[in-house]
Amino acid sequence: MTRRVPILKQGDLLIASIQGELSDSDIVDLQSRLLSEVIKVRARSVIVDVSALDVLDSFGTRMLSEIAASVQLRGARAVIVGIQPEVALSMVLLGLNLNNVTTALDLDQGRLLLGAA
Amino acid sequence: MIDLAQIQKVRSDGDVVAARQIGRKIAEEIGFSRADQALIATAISELTRNIVVYAGHGEVEIRQVENSGLNGISVEARDNGPGIADIDAAMTDGFSTGSSLGLGLPGTRRIVDDFELQSILGQGVTVTVAKWKGR
Repeated sequence: MTRRVPILKQGDLLIASIQGELSDSDIVDLQSRLLSEVIKVRARSVIVDVSALDVLDSFGTRMLSEIAASVQLRGARAVIVGIQPEVALSMVLLGLNLNNVTTALDLDQGRLLLGAA
Repeated sequence: MIDLAQIQKVRSDGDVVAARQIGRKIAEEIGFSRADQALIATAISELTRNIVVYAGHGEVEIRQVENSGLNGISVEARDNGPGIADIDAAMTDGFSTGSSLGLGLPGTRRIVDDFELQSILGQGVTVTVAKWKGR
């Protein structure tokens, strides 16, 4: 059973608010739905809030990169917000990075970065 | 009081999440810091996903362990899948880049204290890792 991550729309900003632990297929589902939404509503910006995630491993990190990249290919900007300190540490130690992805501390910072109203 | 030794059958990505959660609870019970709990859950995630992706099914055993007065957690991920053809390559960082994520083993080894891998081609893989509290 796939847990659907809620995607909220505020003007031309989409916010994907991850509520809890996600399985690999939940993440894949989020990627395709987010891209569909970006196209459907012609979103200019996307924020993915990962503050509820306490594990972001190689698959999760890779998928976040891909989400950002695919959204950008549709002319929108993506920001990942809320990476928890322990998660950041695990990622660094695992040798993972989100080099091509914009990150911010939280939703407020994310919106500031995007210049959204 | 939760059971400090649990075995999770692994068949699908839902089991990967379940194994992470078991690992996190046991780690928390043992008294690991939040940071270490996250590392342990991440290691479990990597090892368990390998079972699903490469072998289809297997199991992971997570339990509290003790050694010379040190408390720790042990995670053993085992399957009877195809095994690893080139273990040296799998344990090299570069192996994980490119279109495939690889096995994530070098990274996993970095985040645990003890790491042991056994694989016989055609028979499967057993990866055993341990993390000690206070080390």
